[in-house]
Amino acid sequence: MFDLTGKNALVTGASGGIGAAVAKALHGAGATVGLSGTRVEPLQALAAELGDRAHVLPCDLGNAAAVEELVKQAAEAMGSVDILVNNAGITRDALAMRMSDDDWLSVIEVNLNSTFRLCRAAIRGMMKARWGRIINVTSVVAQAGNPGQVNYSAAKAGVAGMSRSLAQEVASRGITVNCVAPGLVETAMTAKLNDEQRGKILAGVPAGRIGKPEEIAAGVLFLASVEAAYVTGATLDINGGGDML
Amino acid sequence: MSDIADRVKKIVVEHLGVDAEKVTENASFIDDLGADSLDNVELVMAFEEEFGIEIPDDAAETIQTFGDAVKFISSAA
Repeated sequence: MFDLTGKNALVTGASGGIGAAVAKALHGAGATVGLSGTRVEPLQALAAELGDRAHVLPCDLGNAAAVEELVKQAAEAMGSVDILVNNAGITRDALAMRMSDDDWLSVIEVNLNSTFRLCRAAIRGMMKARWGRIINVTSVVAQAGNPGQVNYSAAKAGVAGMSRSLAQEVASRGITVNCVAPGLVETAMTAKLNDEQRGKILAGVPAGRIGKPEEIAAGVLFLASVEAAYVTGATLDINGGGDML
Repeated sequence: MSDIADRVKKIVVEHLGVDAEKVTENASFIDDLGADSLDNVELVMAFEEEFGIEIPDDAAETIQTFGDAVKFISSAA
């Protein structure tokens, strides 16, 4: 349905469940994809699975200098970065009273600071091209909160606010900035949740089930499309009806 | 006209899509040439690239006209 032929997309966290699904969806629509992540092996496996139009671009998003370089490397490998999907994220869960500065800061650094740095680097080329798509993967907890995740929810809410400001700055140049906010999705990150946590979350999900990474990727694909040109500063909630406002 | 002024004018004409004869010494990017604040940022970044210089934010704020740009770049390049 959506045609991304000729577009180049950089996807962070492509070694994870949602990131890999996003990369597959964009690639399936014809885009060339730059697969970024910390673990090289799953990235190479994904690139091999995709075949042509896939580049492996390892990067530790906790390293500010490496983050600054990533967009340049992606542009060199693919020719440009037309679509940026900031999907990478880490968790360091603990109740606030037990949360160390390091747990707080590392989550803010990777999930919020690196997202800003990648956006800043990518809009340069997008401004010149007068076209761009930035999709930031946030989380239902940005709005709803979640005990044990003060750091993660603060970072994700920060990304949501940043996205709305950036959307206003660059809208006149054909660049859209949106968020996709997944609820509970079956990935390595959520596999860490225990049954009690899972049960509690699912009790508030009208769909009564956990989401699939492909269902998040479908939302990202829409926001990356030419057709979504008039959608900017928005958050697309993909959570089975949980957390309706 | 100096080489620097020619190169600055070329960037301004290309970026803002205005006629070269409108880009005069006292022409203000925003008031006379139709630029918005984002255009100003893009112009400064284009100048930095073209001339291999860094234009700090406080200096960038003083570059309001074509003449300002040529003067600053001449002293920095």
